[in-house]
Amino acid sequence: MQTTIPTAQPAQPKAPAATKTPENVVLHVADVHKRFGGLHALADIDLQVEEGKTHAIIGPNGAGKSTLLNVIIGRLAPTSGAVVFDGTILTGKKPHEINQLGVARVFQTPEIFADLSVLQNVMTPAFARRDGAFRINMFRSVESEAEIRDEALAMLDDVGLVGRREAHAGALSRGDKRRLELAMCLIQKPRLLLLDEPTAGMSRHDTNTTIELLKKIKSRGMTKIIIEHDMHVVFSLADKITVLAGGRIIAEGLPEAVRGDPRVQEAYLGGAH
Amino acid sequence: MTTFMSRRDLILFFGFAAVVLLLPILAQPFGAAYPDLLQRFMIFGIFAIGFNILFGLTGYLSFGHAAFFGVGSYAAMWSFKLLSTNALPAIIFAVVIAGVFALAIGFVSLRRSGIYFSILTLAFAQMSYNLAYSVLTPITNGETGLRMAIADPRVLDRLFFEAPVAQPVPSLFGFSLSGWNGFFFSAIFLLATFFLAMRITNSPFGMMLKGIKSNQNRMNYTGFNTRPYTLTAFVISGMLAGLAGALLVVTDPLAGAERMRWTASGEVVLMTILGGVGTLVGPVLGAWIIKYFENIFSSFNDNILSAFFSFLPEGAREIAVTVSSKFVGDGWHLTLGLVFVLIVVFLPGGIMEGVRRIAARFSKADRDGTARERRLAPKAAE
Repeated sequence: MQTTIPTAQPAQPKAPAATKTPENVVLHVADVHKRFGGLHALADIDLQVEEGKTHAIIGPNGAGKSTLLNVIIGRLAPTSGAVVFDGTILTGKKPHEINQLGVARVFQTPEIFADLSVLQNVMTPAFARRDGAFRINMFRSVESEAEIRDEALAMLDDVGLVGRREAHAGALSRGDKRRLELAMCLIQKPRLLLLDEPTAGMSRHDTNTTIELLKKIKSRGMTKIIIEHDMHVVFSLADKITVLAGGRIIAEGLPEAVRGDPRVQEAYLGGAH
Repeated sequence: MTTFMSRRDLILFFGFAAVVLLLPILAQPFGAAYPDLLQRFMIFGIFAIGFNILFGLTGYLSFGHAAFFGVGSYAAMWSFKLLSTNALPAIIFAVVIAGVFALAIGFVSLRRSGIYFSILTLAFAQMSYNLAYSVLTPITNGETGLRMAIADPRVLDRLFFEAPVAQPVPSLFGFSLSGWNGFFFSAIFLLATFFLAMRITNSPFGMMLKGIKSNQNRMNYTGFNTRPYTLTAFVISGMLAGLAGALLVVTDPLAGAERMRWTASGEVVLMTILGGVGTLVGPVLGAWIIKYFENIFSSFNDNILSAFFSFLPEGAREIAVTVSSKFVGDGWHLTLGLVFVLIVVFLPGGIMEGVRRIAARFSKADRDGTARERRLAPKAAE
């Protein structure tokens, strides 16, 4: 399958020499600070995400998890520091440019095309991958794009929505909307997938199906960053965990190590009281 | 079936073409079967289809499309004056100039969305109107309007023919474009426009435009640069407005500034909403209905009304005539406004939604005898 995700972009600015990035690191959040007025939302964040790994970012409410994700995706500009994806600085790039580099995002509240059919929802991102950020192709019909259509149907089959392909996406249940959004990201075969609380508001059953689904794509070698409250999800999926509290990284490591870390327990318990 | 068009699209296109070409017969029972009116049906059908490519697909509501219509009229008239009385170069010239205008206005206006976009387009259109009305009088001939004259240069024509002695009129390679010829000439352009709109709606490009209408944020995070998509739709729709403006000058060789007024921009919005936003046939139906009733109602006067109410006793007749005369003639916009309010409140999807609802009732009634219960059930669930 040929894709147009530009893995080699010679003209892109290279990472500054100061932020030397090891070989197997796909995403490097280098020394990022973010201030909102007097609030220091992110301080001194240095995060390295390794190729093919699932990296979970956890922390109590207000720890700065979503801010960090928004900085990575280009929705927020950091006050200082840079985000480097595969040798390219993402800071200052537009959302569509970041996506075209191979970064896809699942939102906390599913962002789908509510007025289109489920199938069209999944075909649209496949066109973005094949045709790039802009292309006028108005002289073919969508129906004649058999390759994209088959790929989208296979993707829908993977997430268990193929039976609802003609339904209006806006009419899906909340859990199905999340699955649809996940399918929309996965069909682009991104190198990095960002998941913002992918199981929030789901029933236990739906959560487990989603975990299974995410495990399945884990075996495809896609790098993932997950922000999650549900520890069951985190410990089922994560290869590495970073714990944020008060805008700082307070612990980082393998799941077992983080689970037993007294600082983490304190941050969570302290945050609860 | 071919990959080019599905069977359903072919049926739709040929059905539409049949209705359009048979209009001189089909419109007879309505008293509308004369070329002047039917030609307006074609022209405003093109205008509405073009407008719907922007509004119906991307959701961007332009309140200034009359500007492109007017620009098309002036451009076509200048082609008649400077180049030739042949309608074809005039139309090409008008479409190109309208496209350039749309590119410039769209480039600025599309930096904003929602109500701010609408206000920007409205402001540009009113600026264009005022330029045409007063500032650019040498180009537009201001209030009087631009028309053809015997003394015009018509460079191409003079290369081949003797200078005419009579008032020149638009033609097509020597064929007259008055009367029914003009109607069929415009009808071909309407069919081509309909075909183009159909292709766009069914293409990946059209799907992207619908994606922008549905969720622009998701489009950006899906890797689409949405600005060039909306700008392309804006330019296509502006060019079609220019085509409609040019065709109007072919029929009625006078280009005036009033065609650029905000009421003309509002009219195409009404046509599209009345017929059904985002549908293929809806905008054309809306345009036909508005142009038909404009023609019928605005020709009513007190004499016709008192003849109509002649069955009433003397005093009551006066009252009936006085009240109803406010709704006809110059006041027919009052009727239009009422109809529009009724449509938006009861049928927000326009006439096409009404057609769909009726079709759904019939198909349900066909399937089983319990159509009534079926109809009531979804209401209860809501």
